[in-house]
Amino acid sequence: MAIDRKVSPAFKTVEKIEIIRATEKQLRNKIPVYSINAGTQELIKVEFLFAAGMFYQQKPLQAASVNTMLEEGTTKMSAAEIADAVDYYGAFLEVGVSQDNASVVLYTLNKHLRSTLSVVEDVIKNATFPEEELHTHLTNKKQKFYVNNQKVANVARKRFTELLFGEKHPYGINVKESDFELINVGNLKSFYKSFYRSDNCKIVLAGKIDEDVFSLLDEHFGGNDWSPESAIKTNKIEIITNPQREQLIYKDDALQSAIRIGKVMFNKTHPDFQSLQILNTIFGGYFGSRLMSNIREDKGYTYGIGSGIASLQHSGYFFISTEVGVDVCKNAVNEIYFEMDRLRTEIIPEDELQLVKNYLLGTFLRSVDGPFAMAERFKGILEYGLSYDYFDKYIATIKGISASQLRELAITYFEKESMIELVVGKK
Amino acid sequence: MIKYEKFELQNGLKVIFHQDKSTPIACINILYNVGARDENPEQTGFAHLFEHLMFGGSINIPNYDEPLQRVGGENNAFTTNDITNYYLTLPSENLETGFWLESDRMLSLAFSDKSLEVQRSVVIEEFKQRYLNQPYGDVWLLMRPMIYKVHPYQWDTIGKEISHIENAKMEDVKNFFKKFYCPNNAIMVVAGNVALEEVKKLSEKWFGPIPKGPDNKRNLPVEPEQTEARSLMVERDVPADAIYMAYHMCSRFDKEYYATDLISDILSRGNSSRMHNALIKDKKMFSDLQAYVMGDFDKGLFVVSGKLSKGVTMGEAEQGIIEELEKIKTQLVTIDELQKVKNKMESSHVFGEIEVLNKATNLAVSELLGNANMVNEEVGEYLSVTAEQIKEQANIIFRKENCSTLYYSAKK
Repeated sequence: MAIDRKVSPAFKTVEKIEIIRATEKQLRNKIPVYSINAGTQELIKVEFLFAAGMFYQQKPLQAASVNTMLEEGTTKMSAAEIADAVDYYGAFLEVGVSQDNASVVLYTLNKHLRSTLSVVEDVIKNATFPEEELHTHLTNKKQKFYVNNQKVANVARKRFTELLFGEKHPYGINVKESDFELINVGNLKSFYKSFYRSDNCKIVLAGKIDEDVFSLLDEHFGGNDWSPESAIKTNKIEIITNPQREQLIYKDDALQSAIRIGKVMFNKTHPDFQSLQILNTIFGGYFGSRLMSNIREDKGYTYGIGSGIASLQHSGYFFISTEVGVDVCKNAVNEIYFEMDRLRTEIIPEDELQLVKNYLLGTFLRSVDGPFAMAERFKGILEYGLSYDYFDKYIATIKGISASQLRELAITYFEKESMIELVVGKK
Repeated sequence: MIKYEKFELQNGLKVIFHQDKSTPIACINILYNVGARDENPEQTGFAHLFEHLMFGGSINIPNYDEPLQRVGGENNAFTTNDITNYYLTLPSENLETGFWLESDRMLSLAFSDKSLEVQRSVVIEEFKQRYLNQPYGDVWLLMRPMIYKVHPYQWDTIGKEISHIENAKMEDVKNFFKKFYCPNNAIMVVAGNVALEEVKKLSEKWFGPIPKGPDNKRNLPVEPEQTEARSLMVERDVPADAIYMAYHMCSRFDKEYYATDLISDILSRGNSSRMHNALIKDKKMFSDLQAYVMGDFDKGLFVVSGKLSKGVTMGEAEQGIIEELEKIKTQLVTIDELQKVKNKMESSHVFGEIEVLNKATNLAVSELLGNANMVNEEVGEYLSVTAEQIKEQANIIFRKENCSTLYYSAKK
C-alpha cells in the first residue's frame, strides 16, 4: 500500500479534558485540606502552603532564609537528624519560596507517611534557627549570590523587576551584598512566628489518598497549638515603575547580552488575562512563536527567546527574555519590536491561529496529566480564590477568540512606548 | 513494574510498546544510537548540531514542529556523548501524526542550506550561552582532554571549539545522516493509552518502507588505564575557587555500576550524606559539593566537584575530599547507611514511573544497553549491593593515579 507522506494524517482537536477535582475537608483547627486522589502508585505528595513569600518580608532574604532554615534544626532534632529521618525512608522534603508563597513539600511512599509526617510537623512547628547553621547557610548563599551576579541572565532578571516595580516594592526589591549582614536569628524567628501558623496554612494532597491520610494530618497539624493570637499584618507599597524606558548595564567582557523587555500588567483575576495568554503564545510563548521563528529560526541570533505573563498575588508583569550575541543585540531588539508591532497592525492568519489554539488545548491536556500535575494546576487557582470554572473559561476562550480580538489586545497592551527595555552586556 | 511488548520490523527498527491506560497523552521516543563519541575528531559537535538539523524539515514535510503543534503535540531532543534521543508527546488520538513526522525524517531530511546556516549560528550562540559566557562554564572543555587521551569522550557534546561547527558542510551532514539515521540504528518506544495492534499497524505503515541502512560496528579506541595522577590549574574571573576531581570507573553496562552509583549517594545525595555533613556543615570547607557518576556507556567517570569556602586552600579542600574517600575505602558502610541509600533509590524509581514520557525514555535506553527489562530489574540490582562490594569498588576507583584534578581558581 503506497502512502502519501506529503499529507498529514487526519487528527482531532482536543474536545474533552478530564480533570479530577480537588475535594476539600478541614482539620479540627480549620486548616483546609485539598485532596486530588489519583494515580496508580502507592505514593503521595503533601504540600503545606503558607502566605509567607517575599511579599511579606521586612527585609530581603528574610522569607527565603526562614524557609530554608526550617530543615536546619528544631527543638527536638538537629539538622543532621532531620535529614537522616527523611532520607532513611526514601522520602523527599523540599522547601521553596516564591514572591507570594512559601511551601514545605513531602514526597513519600504511602507506607512511610506515618514515619515522615512527624518530622514535617516538627520542622513546621518547632524550628529553632540555630546560630551556627544560619551562619553556614548565609556564607554559602552569599557565595552563590556572587556566582549568579556574573551571569548576565541573572543580573537582567533581577534588575528588570526592580525597574518595573520600583526598588521599594516587595516585588522589585533584590538582594544586595549588604543585606546578608542584616539577617539574624531574631528577625528570622519573628517572621517564622508571624507567618508559619495554622491560620495562614493550606494543605494540598496528591496521589493515593484515603481516610488514614486525613486522620494522620489531623493528628499532627489539626491542633490549636500553632496559631498565635496576633493578626497577620502586611504592608502595602505602591508600584513605581522606573521612568527611564531604556536601560543598559554595561559588561565589558560579555560575549552575549541578556535582553529583557516588558511592563507591569495584572494577574489571573483580570478579565483579559486568559486572552492575553493566547496572544502571548503566538508572540513568544512556544517553539513556533513569532519571536522564535524570526529571531532564532530565521536569523540565528540566539539559542532561545521567549515571552510570558507572570501572575502574582498583588500584580503581574509581561516579559520578553533572551540572550543574544553582542554583535546582533541591536538587531534583536529591533526585531522584537517589529514582531510586537506586527501583532498590532496585521491580522493573525487563520491557519496560525488555529494551530495555536490546538497547541494550547494539547498543552492544557498535558498540564493536567497525573496527580501531581493536577495539583499544580489546582494551586494556580486556589491562590487567587478562583474555582474550576476558571479552566472551563480558559478552554472556551481558546476555542472562541478571534484574530481581530487578538489585534485589539495587542493594540491595548503591546505598545512599544509602554515597555521597559533592559540590556545587560553590550548593545 | 513497567510492562511492555517488543517487536522488530524487517528493516531492523526495534519497537517497544508500553500501554498506560491512566493518561490521555501518548508519546513516541526515538533513540538513535549515535552520540558525540561517534564523531570525527576534526568535526566535533556534529551529533549535537545534527540534532538541531533534524527539526529543519524532512523530505516530504517542510517543517517538523508546525504539524505537531497543530495536533496539540510538543517535542524535544537531547544529545549526549553516547546517544541522540528525540521525543514527542501528543493527545493519544492523534498518535498517527507522530508516526508520520518521525518516519519522514528517518526516511530523509530536506537538507536545506538555510537550515544548516541558521542552526550553525544557533548552536554557536548555545556554545557561548552555556559554555563561554557563564562562570565555570568551560570546566568540561578543560576536563575532558585531560581525562581522556584516546577515547572520544575527550570532547564535549558541544564540540571542541566553535570552528568545528562553523566549518560544518552540507556534504558532511548528508553522510552523517546516511550512516547513523537509519531504522536499524534506532529504537522506538511508543507509550500511552493505545492498543498493541494499533502500534504494530502504524509502525509497519510508516516505518516499514524505510530502507535498512549500513551496519555500524562501533570500534572506538579504548582508553588505556591511567597510571599517573593528572592535574591542571587555571585562573578565571569567578568569585570562588573550585575543584573538580574525576576518577575512571566502569561503564553503565557493568555489574559494578550499581555499587559505584550507591557510593556517590552515600557521599553526597541529600542533606544526610557524608560529604554534606563533614565538609559543608562541620568543616565548612565547601559552599557546595557534589559526588556523582556520569553514567557513560563506555568506561565512565566518578566525579567529585565543589566550590571552596573563603579562606580554604586548594590543598586543604582536596585533602578534605580524599579523607572522605579514604573512609569509604577502609571502613564498611553500616547496615543503616546502606539501607538508607537503597530506600532512596527505590522510592525515586517509583516516583520516576509517574510520567509516561520518562518511562518511554528509560525503556529506550535500557533496550540499547541490551535489555529493556532493566527498567524493572534495576531496583533489584541496587538492593542486592553489599557493604563489601561498596568497599571493593571504592578501592578500585579512588586511587591517586586514577584521578584527574582541575584546580579552577578565582582571579585575585
